Amino acid sequence: MFLRTVWLVVRKDLLIEIRSREIVYTTLFFAVSCVLVFAFGFVREGRPVEDAAAGILWISIAFAGTLALGRAFERERQSETLRALMLAPVERPALYVGKLLGVLLLLAVVEAIVVPLVALMFQAPIFRHPVLMGALLATGTIGFAAVGTLFAAMLVRARSRDVLLPILLYPITIPVIIGGVRGTAALLQADVDVPMATAWLSMLAFFDVVFITLALWTFEPAMTE
Amino acid sequence: MNNVARSVGSAADKRMKKLFAPAAVVVAAMFAYGLVLIADAPTESTMGLVQKIFYFHVPSWFAMFAAAFTCGIASLFVLIRGRKSADRVALAAAELAVVFGLIGLITGPLWGRKAWGVYWQWDAKLTSALVMWLIFVAYLLLRRYGGAGSEKLSAVVAIFGMANVPFVYWSVNLWRTVHPLTSVVPTLPPVMRGTFWWCVVMFIGLYVLLLAARVRLEKRRAELDALFLAIED
Repeated sequence: MFLRTVWLVVRKDLLIEIRSREIVYTTLFFAVSCVLVFAFGFVREGRPVEDAAAGILWISIAFAGTLALGRAFERERQSETLRALMLAPVERPALYVGKLLGVLLLLAVVEAIVVPLVALMFQAPIFRHPVLMGALLATGTIGFAAVGTLFAAMLVRARSRDVLLPILLYPITIPVIIGGVRGTAALLQADVDVPMATAWLSMLAFFDVVFITLALWTFEPAMTE
Repeated sequence: MNNVARSVGSAADKRMKKLFAPAAVVVAAMFAYGLVLIADAPTESTMGLVQKIFYFHVPSWFAMFAAAFTCGIASLFVLIRGRKSADRVALAAAELAVVFGLIGLITGPLWGRKAWGVYWQWDAKLTSALVMWLIFVAYLLLRRYGGAGSEKLSAVVAIFGMANVPFVYWSVNLWRTVHPLTSVVPTLPPVMRGTFWWCVVMFIGLYVLLLAARVRLEKRRAELDALFLAIED
């Protein structure tokens, strides 16, 4: 029943997105513009400064993620569909997981374009350790989206929700940003520091476990009016 | 209407009112004598006079963490039990966390400028303290601009903020590590240690006092709203 609800929510979000492609196009364009804007700050005499690629990659993901989260829930607000979902006789945490998976799929599409783009533009050897790199991206994105989905869902009813989402989300997800950036930088530098990357990876995995558990537990009381 | 009027003069409230003035006098006296103690404490050999900021800097962070902890615990009660009174405590504690954190953030760079030559270092303790402080500022922004129903939301933010402490600390620590270790306090000469703990108690006292006053104000405000609604009905 739980998984079925999750699947139904994901399918609903995907169907809407496939028909309009609004979020994926806008988010993707935004992420690419972010990369471009940062390039002006961190490229000196045609060469990117040290560790710039990792930072630019993660900041672009975080910014694009915030945009995607905001849009995904704005859609639920317009016709009060989030309220309709909450009224449905299903387990509330299943709704959270469904929305989270929808956001993650979107971000995966964005990353599939942005990561190779950063590798290309900043001469970053991103595919030197594909498994570790993929794991860092996955755990980091999950951690960011897990906190973001809960906050965006709660903010649906709040005033000035567009401003409040990044204000609340960034301080809480600072460990994810540090972990993602430093872990990626450890893999991209000239002498690869694998133990460092795995240390960051395990921190990110632990973050994911703790915050998904917390989100599943707080979703129901937080969303009940 | 009667119900509202009765709650205005509850027993606990009266007891608090009685205790507040003497407690305020005690804390004020502690602050007055605290200044004497700080002036009498020996001047540190390498840093000189600036080191005395320590007696205000560290205790204000102690008070900040006490406030942060209070806010987190109270938020748990808000979320699980839906207690209005816990919500008032959480709000008051979050405001004080921001105030004491600000004292720490102002005194720290002043000291740092003299001791390290720069106002700010991206060191583990400084960065994690700044991140924690930012979480409470975000909490207050949410309370202020979130509109109706932001209490539960902010409770979740406070709980997430608490859960975030070890992660922030660990990750920032691995990222950078100039600030004196926490083990500095036991190694202090006895005279300095006495003054230090006096200042800690005085700051915690100030915190408790302000918390009580702020919670009471918030309670009065809620009562006033209730009375207003009762008259309108």
